Amino acid sequence: MLTDIMQYRENMEIIDSDMLDKVLEYRALYDYNKYTEEDVKRALSKETVSLDDFGALLSPAALGFLEDIAKKAKIETRKHFGNSVTLFTPLYIANYCENNCVYCGFNCKNKIHRGKLNAEEIRREMETIAKTGLKEILILTGESRNMSSVEYIGEAVQIAKEYFSTIGVEIYPVNCDEYRYLHERGADYVSVYQETYDKERYAEKHLSGSKRVFPYRFYAQERAIIGGMRGVGFGALLGLDDFRKDAFSAGVHAYLVQKKYPSAEISFSVPRMRPYINNEENNPKDVHERQLLQVMLAYRLLMPFAGITISTRERAGFRDRVIGLAATKISAGVKVGVGGHEGDNKGDEQFEISDPRSVEEVDNAIKRFGLQPVYTDTAYLL
Amino acid sequence: MNNDKLIIGGREFDSRFILGSGKFSLELMNSVINNAGAEMITVALRRVNEGGINNILDYIPEGITLIPNTSGARNAEEAVRIARLSRELGCGDFVKVEVIGDSKYLLPNNEETVKATKILAKEGFIVMPYMYPDLYTARALEDAGAATVMPLGSPIGTNKGLSTKEFIRILIDEISVPIIVDAGIGRPSEACEAMEMGASAIMANTAVATAGNVDYMAKAFKNAIEAGRLAYLSGLGRVLEGKAEASSPLTGFLED
Repeated sequence: MLTDIMQYRENMEIIDSDMLDKVLEYRALYDYNKYTEEDVKRALSKETVSLDDFGALLSPAALGFLEDIAKKAKIETRKHFGNSVTLFTPLYIANYCENNCVYCGFNCKNKIHRGKLNAEEIRREMETIAKTGLKEILILTGESRNMSSVEYIGEAVQIAKEYFSTIGVEIYPVNCDEYRYLHERGADYVSVYQETYDKERYAEKHLSGSKRVFPYRFYAQERAIIGGMRGVGFGALLGLDDFRKDAFSAGVHAYLVQKKYPSAEISFSVPRMRPYINNEENNPKDVHERQLLQVMLAYRLLMPFAGITISTRERAGFRDRVIGLAATKISAGVKVGVGGHEGDNKGDEQFEISDPRSVEEVDNAIKRFGLQPVYTDTAYLL
Repeated sequence: MNNDKLIIGGREFDSRFILGSGKFSLELMNSVINNAGAEMITVALRRVNEGGINNILDYIPEGITLIPNTSGARNAEEAVRIARLSRELGCGDFVKVEVIGDSKYLLPNNEETVKATKILAKEGFIVMPYMYPDLYTARALEDAGAATVMPLGSPIGTNKGLSTKEFIRILIDEISVPIIVDAGIGRPSEACEAMEMGASAIMANTAVATAGNVDYMAKAFKNAIEAGRLAYLSGLGRVLEGKAEASSPLTGFLED
């Protein structure tokens, strides 16, 4: 028996916010087929991009203008970030998961090798990572409160504080006081991806576990900001549902959060489901590199000041060209198993990476494109 | 005019061009500074990678005065903490106070800026506050012990020029510490115009960093700023508004 995705569970904090209704209303009204070439041109001629212009930039009509959109996005990226590109690496400290998300490698029904690092192992991994020169780390777990408690994650954050100047977490959504707890230990950034903003599709894809509760996940960024975090990351898993509608929804979500909390730093990630290769049918909803870039460029023009991260799920040749154009942050020296920077994996990977380059190699690539690698760009203050 | 020095916190400078550093490659630093003839450079403390690779401090030539800024501070308290940290790191007593609580427009919060300036000036910092050009705030900053006042020409990063020109002019007339136009200056001609008006110096980053050739643009700014300064010092020629003078004097009827 599947549960109601709108029903909060015990201990899930409810905050006073109507943002979910607003985002879903924008989503329902978004009809990307109504936009014409003229609408795209108009959006491109504007100095400030409205949510409606953003809709036009994400529409199929805009695909024909990708080069023009890229030119404008590059100028915006330059104005706001100069030629800086920030480097970081993710560290998976555990891969236990209590959710049954049908598309995910960490799915609790999957028989994969599970594990978690103890404090000593976390320290050794971080030491090894710090030796590469990185100063920013993203701590990840699978989504299991039982196996990876908030205290456990807090301990990892505290160790990270000794080696890194910037610490982010990508973990299961938690309550405001728990975000505050992690912030007080040194974390300043929280990423939570809604996967899809379509309630029906969300219900089909997230069959069980806490993640099934749609609004609790949706309000994670607001809770993180209330808990004192400096910045929050947004994203939809593009291709899980209609990617244009989901990219639009994630953009609206981030836009409204920044409006409500003006000092919050906003960032986007753009994970995607890869289209099957050699698929005879050409599905217009597939997310090829062209569409992926379109989404990144639209985010850039909607929020010229927002960070955009490009993950190692994409190939080196793509990553190297989107930095400076739209992306401002790039991971390097990435291992997606549990640990694995120092010694062997303690657990299997969530996905395969397409860009295995080391920190030094990525650093060189950034310079080769006339950009400057930046290792530290935030101030943790508590 | 040969003795025309810019004095900030008791220190004398010949150059009136303050360079920002965050938006171009570190390897270009030396040649940009040379072309700009700059003696002061601002550095975001959050970019200082102490002991790490690509540490911005390693790229700053000797003899250049470092002005750490408090970017990343969202309120006065955070700005004070960053300034103290900067002093602990050996970055000196200069501090450019930036308090920004809006991630979209990056406009300075004047009220919090005054608070931070008051605390830091008391602690002996040479405080250079970045502000939105408002006369009351500028007076409060001066009273708080600011060494300069740094009004924005336009929102940061926009290269839109002197969109706050009339308000900056008021600050130049009313405030006795140097007025340094910071942010928004996109072209050398705009820097020149601000200097003609009597601004004491210009601070720029994006305009140089986003130019096709940063060295040439640094030099163009240097020349424009010098030209504007010289024009200001020499006293601009009279520009008559409207038509020429009336042929019969309006006061010709007076008998004594």
